[in-house]
Amino acid sequence: MTLWRSAADRIGEPPIFAKGAPGRRGAAIPALDLQAPALDLPAALLRASPPLLPEVSEPEVVRHYTRLSQLNASIDTHFYPLGSCTMKYNPRVGEKVARLPGFAGAHPLAPAALHRGVLQVMAELGEWLRRLTGLDAVTLQPAAGAHGELCGMMMIRAALADRGDPRRKVLVPDSAHGTNPATSALNGFQVVPLRTGPEGYLPLAAIEAALDRDVAAIMMTNPNTLGVFERDIRAIADKVHAAGGFVYLDGANLNALVGIANVAAMGVDVVHINLHKTFSTPHGGGGPGAGPVACVSALEPFLPRPVLVGAGNEVRLDFDRPKSIGKLRSFYGNFGMLLRAHSYLAELGVEGASRIGPDAVLAANYLRASLRDTFELAFAAPSMHEVVFTDKRQKERGVSTLDIAKRLIDYGFHPPTVYFPLIAPGALMIEPTESEPREMLDAFVAAMQAIDAETRDNPELVKGAPQRAPAKRFDEAGAARKPVLRYRR
Amino acid sequence: MSRYQPHTDADRRAMLARCGVESFAELVAAVPPALRQGPLTGPSAVAEPDLLRRYRSLARLGEVKASFVGAGLYDHYVPVAVDMLLQRGELFTAYTPYQPEASQGTLQAIFEFQTVVAELFGLEVANASMYDFASAAAEAVLMTLRLEPKRSRVLLSGALHPDAGEVICTYLKGGAATLESIPLAGGRTDLAALERQLGADVAGVVVQSPNCLGLVEPLAEIGARVHAAGARLVVSVNEPTSLGLLAPPGVCGADIAVGEGTGLGVPPSFGGPGLGLFATREANVRQMPGRLVGEARDADGRLGYVLTLSTREQHIRRDKATSNICTNHGLCALAFTIHAALLGPKGLEELATQCAQRARYLAAQLERRGVKRRFAGPYYNELVVEIGEPARAIEAGLARGLAVGFDLGRWRKEWAGGLLVAVTEQHSQACLDELVEVLAEVRR
Repeated sequence: MTLWRSAADRIGEPPIFAKGAPGRRGAAIPALDLQAPALDLPAALLRASPPLLPEVSEPEVVRHYTRLSQLNASIDTHFYPLGSCTMKYNPRVGEKVARLPGFAGAHPLAPAALHRGVLQVMAELGEWLRRLTGLDAVTLQPAAGAHGELCGMMMIRAALADRGDPRRKVLVPDSAHGTNPATSALNGFQVVPLRTGPEGYLPLAAIEAALDRDVAAIMMTNPNTLGVFERDIRAIADKVHAAGGFVYLDGANLNALVGIANVAAMGVDVVHINLHKTFSTPHGGGGPGAGPVACVSALEPFLPRPVLVGAGNEVRLDFDRPKSIGKLRSFYGNFGMLLRAHSYLAELGVEGASRIGPDAVLAANYLRASLRDTFELAFAAPSMHEVVFTDKRQKERGVSTLDIAKRLIDYGFHPPTVYFPLIAPGALMIEPTESEPREMLDAFVAAMQAIDAETRDNPELVKGAPQRAPAKRFDEAGAARKPVLRYRR
Repeated sequence: MSRYQPHTDADRRAMLARCGVESFAELVAAVPPALRQGPLTGPSAVAEPDLLRRYRSLARLGEVKASFVGAGLYDHYVPVAVDMLLQRGELFTAYTPYQPEASQGTLQAIFEFQTVVAELFGLEVANASMYDFASAAAEAVLMTLRLEPKRSRVLLSGALHPDAGEVICTYLKGGAATLESIPLAGGRTDLAALERQLGADVAGVVVQSPNCLGLVEPLAEIGARVHAAGARLVVSVNEPTSLGLLAPPGVCGADIAVGEGTGLGVPPSFGGPGLGLFATREANVRQMPGRLVGEARDADGRLGYVLTLSTREQHIRRDKATSNICTNHGLCALAFTIHAALLGPKGLEELATQCAQRARYLAAQLERRGVKRRFAGPYYNELVVEIGEPARAIEAGLARGLAVGFDLGRWRKEWAGGLLVAVTEQHSQACLDELVEVLAEVRR
């Protein structure tokens, strides 16, 4: 495990704006090599005073951001079991590929003759995603998971409008990510929450009670955010279909399914796929990601335009899509991330891809078995790729999930997702992924057990954590009361 | 086994034993047999050297000697230090900074990004980034409707990038607002038409500058008219370097400024990932979409940074959130910040001035050879040249390894015959002269 070691790793690096001196500069611009006419822009259109940008040399910039980087936990430095975020290793080859000049420099509006390589990569990735989900059609356009959700729900709305059957309601389980209700609302739908049953599954009866001819869709996550496989999903889908609605699958937890379960067989009509989770493109400190959407053929006409058609050398972008929901973003997708996902899958091949889900599920169950005597399981149902514990036992000793999370930082681990899902009070949602060696999982178990022991012997230590991180706990309420959102000189 | 998957068969056996099962199948017994994945079919594993060979050959298909295609996405030289810093694993393999004690690097960098964007736009606050200019513009329109809940009409300049227009339209299909286009006069937003279209039911007006025909809009005049009607002005800027030279939107009356950051730190990459910029006035911040980082004190009283004002966001507010956005384009925002820091105020101004000067050199050389600009209005670094048959020019350019520009007729039939040409600091005199040769030849 990796710890922050010295006082030098503490916060206190002044903002870049507070560094440097007037007249310094870190970038050289080639000299003007031609005789240009004078600038003919009227003064009223020109900037009157320069923007407050740093005046720093390259060495100062490099040291500044290097030092900032050292204040971060990351996959490369720490085990990062952030539940539902699938923080697996990010292969280096993808970084290399995305920087090849012909790819990084490709302009989406350049002549089509220059796009053959780019479109071939996109078509092959689309084919991978079709095969891995078992669905019929794919768009690579959405920029992120939430953007993919928006895409899928817009397609459902458009399909209902197309058949003259507009509907107002969307069923969303109470275990769902916040993006699901937010996406539904953004589409003008009214959200009908569904209660998860005592075992951690969505009961068929809950759907039957909520279902009527005004339900446009159900948004499910499978495995759900408790890490539990929705065993009735096919029956739920059949009910929803019988009532004329669609089944949306939030693919945030797709890592659990690759090589294990077939999305199409679940009765899913449309799913978004987080390439930055399941297909290992880097999370970048908060993006960019990519959220391709796969769907059944009935929804294909509504895919955002343009749609990739053809294969091999004959791949092209088809803009003539009269029923399309339209464009969701500029150009065609986060190609740089699509490339990285493509290289990940190409390197794994079907053999390696088939191991993604099994090894991820095995790792989560290994942690579950190792920690279940120490921490309370939120639900008894079997875990897939993540396991949710609660702070029920530690709370009796006055120590909460937040304290445990912060104490983990002292032990050299990024904390799990905490206090989510909302239906498991004091949740600690742990997703180890398939890329952590067993020794690291064992070290994490040892740390969790040591923290539990501390909750008995020295609870104040846990409540005062972190001690060895770059910062102690922040006054977040104070920060929100009088927000300071930018540097001012 | 792949090199990214560390478990050996011995590891797996030991782990299964800890789980108290004999086989993996027992662990996933909850998955009904009918839903099981059969054997996957598809390509077999390819080793790294072979993989790289294949990607190199595919990437080469897209290479040109020089490109003058801009049309909303501009390619500038990115200093080596930017990408070297981005490749630090502590930065690119971290995630959203939910745990501030373990994420101060990312948080401080976002705080610096917010400052840079606010400064460039001449506005008070900026968020932690959006996906791209088009989705940022759509979110800005939704924000004007939240700021003006009694109004339901939104006007879009006819010279707004067509992708932004289409994305706004896509985003608004679920709501009650109606969209109208403002006609152009001389390639710029027609002020008289704007006045006629404004009314008490207009929530927002969206204008791009420089616009999609390369012309600088009279933002101050537009802003005065929009505010007189009680509406909100949204200004989009696709060419971030233009902000080194041109008056910032905030100074011209923009209530919200959005834009594209690609060009500073971020390569075109076939149009994504881009970098959506989003800034507004302080009074509007609670209606703003996206993540925000603010200053905070830790228990020892030291200054640091946290995600703040989260009660606007989906993970707290669910269906009442200001947007469904979760992940944004953090690493692109970092690249943008580092590039801006390296340039500094003088470097950015010099860069912008040079882009404008080189564009004027091109315009003058073309004029001498009888190739004219379509519009006489003020421009920054992109111009529409009257070429007759852009397709022929594009073909002739490709034969010499040049992408000569964008055929405007692909956007709108009435714009046919125009070639949109973008000039940056990357275009040397020799390169510009070669472009002049190609275009003059085709025009003849």
